[in-house]
Amino acid sequence: MDMLIKFLVAAVGAGTPLLFGTTGEILTEKTGHLNLGVEGMMSIGACIGFMVGYYSDNFVLALCFAALSGAFSALIYAFLTVTLMANQNVTGLTLTIFGIGFANFIGIFVLNKSPEGTLKLPEKITAAMRGIHIQGVSDLPVVGELLFSYSPFVYIGIFIAIVSAYYLNHTKAGLGLKAVGENPGAADAAGIKVTRVKYLNIILGGAICGIGGVYCSMIINGGVWISDNVGGLGWIAVALVIFANWQPSMAILGSFVFGALRVLKYYIPQSIFPFPIAFYDMLPFLMTALVLVISSMRKSSRINLPASLGLNYYREER
Amino acid sequence: MAEQGREVYAIECREITKAFGQVVANDKINLNVKYGEILALLGENGSGKTTLMNMLSGIYHPDSGQIFIKGREVKINSPVDAMKLGIGMIHQHFKLVDAFRAMDNIVLGTPGRKEKSRDMSEKIRKTGEAYGLEIEPEKYVSEMSVSEKQTVEILKVLYKGAEILILDEPTAVLTPQETDRLFAILRKMKEKGCAIIIITHKLQEVLSISDRVTILRKGKSIETVDTSLCDAKKLTELMVGRPVSLKIERPKVPDPETIFKVVDLTVRKPDNSKAIDDISFEIRRGEILGVAGVAGSGQKELCEAIAGLLHAEKGAILFHKENILGKTPSEIIEKGVSMSFVPEDRLGMGLVASMGMTDNMLLKSYQKGKGPFIQRRPARELAQRLIDKLDIVTPGTETPVRLLSGGNVQKVLLGREIESSPSVLITAYPVRGLDINSSYTVYDLLNEQKKKNVAVMYIGEDLDVLLELSDRIMVLCHGKITGIVDAAKTTKEEIGMMMTGEKHGGLS
Amino acid sequence: MSNTAENLRKEPLLRVVKRAELPTGKIILLRLLAVLLSLIAGGIFIACVGQNPFVIYMTIISGACRSVMAFQGTIKLMIPLLITSLGVTLAFKMKFWNIGAEGQIIFGATCATFFALFFSGLNHVLLILIMFLSGFIGGGLWGLIPAVFKVKYNTNETLFTLMLNYIALHIVSYLRDGPWMDPGSQGFPKIARFDKNASLDKLFGIQFGWLIALILVVLVFLYLKYAKQGYEISVVGESQDTARYAGMNVKKIVLRTMFLSGGICGLAGMIQATGSDITLTTSVAGGVGFTAIIIAWLAQLNPFAILLVSFLFSVLEKGSSVVQSNFGLSTDCADVLQGIILFFILGCEFFIRYRFLFREGNHGTDTVKKEKEG
Repeated sequence: MDMLIKFLVAAVGAGTPLLFGTTGEILTEKTGHLNLGVEGMMSIGACIGFMVGYYSDNFVLALCFAALSGAFSALIYAFLTVTLMANQNVTGLTLTIFGIGFANFIGIFVLNKSPEGTLKLPEKITAAMRGIHIQGVSDLPVVGELLFSYSPFVYIGIFIAIVSAYYLNHTKAGLGLKAVGENPGAADAAGIKVTRVKYLNIILGGAICGIGGVYCSMIINGGVWISDNVGGLGWIAVALVIFANWQPSMAILGSFVFGALRVLKYYIPQSIFPFPIAFYDMLPFLMTALVLVISSMRKSSRINLPASLGLNYYREER
Repeated sequence: MAEQGREVYAIECREITKAFGQVVANDKINLNVKYGEILALLGENGSGKTTLMNMLSGIYHPDSGQIFIKGREVKINSPVDAMKLGIGMIHQHFKLVDAFRAMDNIVLGTPGRKEKSRDMSEKIRKTGEAYGLEIEPEKYVSEMSVSEKQTVEILKVLYKGAEILILDEPTAVLTPQETDRLFAILRKMKEKGCAIIIITHKLQEVLSISDRVTILRKGKSIETVDTSLCDAKKLTELMVGRPVSLKIERPKVPDPETIFKVVDLTVRKPDNSKAIDDISFEIRRGEILGVAGVAGSGQKELCEAIAGLLHAEKGAILFHKENILGKTPSEIIEKGVSMSFVPEDRLGMGLVASMGMTDNMLLKSYQKGKGPFIQRRPARELAQRLIDKLDIVTPGTETPVRLLSGGNVQKVLLGREIESSPSVLITAYPVRGLDINSSYTVYDLLNEQKKKNVAVMYIGEDLDVLLELSDRIMVLCHGKITGIVDAAKTTKEEIGMMMTGEKHGGLS
Repeated sequence: MSNTAENLRKEPLLRVVKRAELPTGKIILLRLLAVLLSLIAGGIFIACVGQNPFVIYMTIISGACRSVMAFQGTIKLMIPLLITSLGVTLAFKMKFWNIGAEGQIIFGATCATFFALFFSGLNHVLLILIMFLSGFIGGGLWGLIPAVFKVKYNTNETLFTLMLNYIALHIVSYLRDGPWMDPGSQGFPKIARFDKNASLDKLFGIQFGWLIALILVVLVFLYLKYAKQGYEISVVGESQDTARYAGMNVKKIVLRTMFLSGGICGLAGMIQATGSDITLTTSVAGGVGFTAIIIAWLAQLNPFAILLVSFLFSVLEKGSSVVQSNFGLSTDCADVLQGIILFFILGCEFFIRYRFLFREGNHGTDTVKKEKEG
């Protein structure tokens, strides 16, 4: 029982970066743009956020810069694909390669300058990221640990996902966004500023991914910088969008399920399941592949895939 | 700029010019409409009608010229600007989000907070009632018929307070009965003081609905005349620029041997609904079988089933008494069954847009010849022959076909199919998007095939053409045959009734 | 006239119009300009981290070509890049987004390693042949998996191939930690160095994979341009409907092409493992699969252009390792520069097809028009 709670808590922690990535990518894909640069945007957010945190020792500042850098990298993508109508797949891939390279480069660059030979976040910021503790509530048995013991990131992530869900389903702006992703020509004719909607949401999505990235660099390795710290989570997030059927509320569930897969190896008794460690490392990717296959087999009409995903819009196309 | 004392026009265009790349689509066009008036904008495909209207609705930007609304010069930079000026455009290809309900489409782009579904629905229904438009606001667009979708489009612009309505080829996809209903609505709107521009190339409609006609030809505005002083012949002359005979030849060919037979064919769509529902018919040598029907009545599926592209559930397709159903397209081609299928989506299916004519000639014959490599020389020669024979305008045999005009693209496609000397020729909407001259070239080509004893199936949308060109007309409605009639003895109204399934015609 | 101001709004500052087809010379010029701009942008980046961009660029070039050994090193880097780029080109031509080259490289290498480890006693030529074949088939099968699901269920191949990269990677780490662990490494998880009999021979001081790569350039070029199968790939890539209409078996073509595409990538893996690393490591692909995508795209899927671009990229990579040792900038610098170059090239494609029109007075447009008429 105790083990189970520990496992669930760890699953939520491991799923949080996925939640950011997935929510960000949902907003992006709802514009009709498939941004394969999630891994790159998260890497850039991870790097800039970490460095700002390292030097300023200020959690909020680190968060803001992570979001800003994610937004900026999404801006590159938006400029290339929305305004210059470049191929979305290639642009996203390039952003990923660029982002990972950039993050590792800057990481090593700063590392070389640091006297200790490692980059470890200072004490104050580490404290700010630790699990919350609300007097009385967090101490409740089971519930306290399961609901009120996480790092602020977790609550921020869930909050963003819920707000995004409301935005998409219950506001006129959300209706406009969906229209752009479904049929930009129709949205345009209805007076929606297609380009603006695309830019805004792609950038917003990038900012959310950036926060997910900084979680990877600041929390996963206990506040020590290592290269490649996003390590493929961005890619899983892209796949989770399909799993979540383009709904932020489903993204919450999906992220935590996949978080559970990531930490399974630490909690599963080896005596009962004697699989090699490599198998557990492989599990999230294997499951993602499985999800892809299953969701493509499911031929339901209620799939929320934006109809014009992957197609650029040029108003004067004849 | 408007002169005092003169009548104030709802819209006045002066010297509007717009070019796409090197093509001048609109060249100094003048046009005006009053409130309470219906103006028809008449012109062939490619004469620049849609371009002009897209400029009025803010989709395109004119390169030069002035637009006046209610006598004031304006610049319309976006659909929002157009809407603010009271201009509402109903596009030929509906601008609706299929995944949305009707009301979401209608309120899309309007300011304010999102209202409760019930309030929204009620408000929309009221707006509709004022103009005699019936609509189910909660229905998803993807589940609507064409005419329902059009109603949503019209309501969309009315809801946003449009007083100037532009309708781009609104009747192209309607049955004659639906067209009458639409015209009744337009007349009602006219009485309420709306200014209406209706774009069309159907002369009968111009004569029946409009007060005045402006004629465009090759991007220029030729003349504006009062409809009451006109007849079809004069309008055609103005439109084409020279006298033309509107008669399509219908040669009679003896030898009515049946060569192609469809028996009890049933085809399902991917969503498992029946696209073709138990139909049987035959095509004879030397005849043109016209196929009429509202868009989406199963025409596409019928063609694809015949060509082996779509799996059929039941039935048989007999060619020379041999069942070709269940064979793959390549088997059908390989078996020497010379059946040519000119698909409706020319550049999406019949031709490879980014390849030149040579490589497109190879499309169905590249497997011929030994060895793993392709033989391009015969294809190049064939391409050259077609260019000479059919007057195809292209810089060369290697120029990507997407750069050719619609008429030339159609000639490439039809030419390739005819060159394989088929005994059955199946064509779907072969004149869609072509101007009158190109259309007549296509009719001539088909008649030529008919004289060569080819069995031709012609799927068309213009009933006037179908009536003149075909020997027999088969009418499809929801995947069923509602009648096969002798083209010389039937009327447009009768076919219209069969298209909606209100009447069933006799077999001949 | 009260709301004239509202309606008399000016034209937008900027709008996009299609331009007539540009001549080839101009297109090349535009692309070169984009490369130049990207080098400037990269230079600014280098300047930002406190280095002189000219010095760094010069070091990259001289570092890659300063000596015979350096040049051999460059070519060694180039072999997997070139072969993999050719592999993904086949898939890309078909608009099949195979970004799983990494996985195909790894799995091809793994299959070849099986023979290198356990059949090292075979006749050398025979063994090498078997390893080539197994590398090709291994990579091919790894490429076939997503293709099967693509044709059967239309499963998104981009993400699927990507997941397969990680799965292949963890297969290797499993083999390394378990069954294939070098018994002589005292528990340190690594796979044994291959027997000399199981490693590729050298030609002009470099493993002879470079020769295979060059042969592949010609083969892929001929295949795409003149073979019936190449023609099929182009048609399927352009429109599957058209392909079906023409009687092509689209499924078969997709499967076959992905097998070939994956197979060539697997070959790259086998050559890297047996020619350069002389063992199997988890970094046998080492990002080559991704860089190859950039190369293939930059070269517009033209095999000869791929030869050139992959050489330039190898210079960049080799050079940046010299930059690392001389200036302490990490080799990731190469990735950053590659990214920047591709960003600019992607952007430049726009200017080949469209152009911006800036706002100008009516007067201006009239003059332009008159010039056109005259």
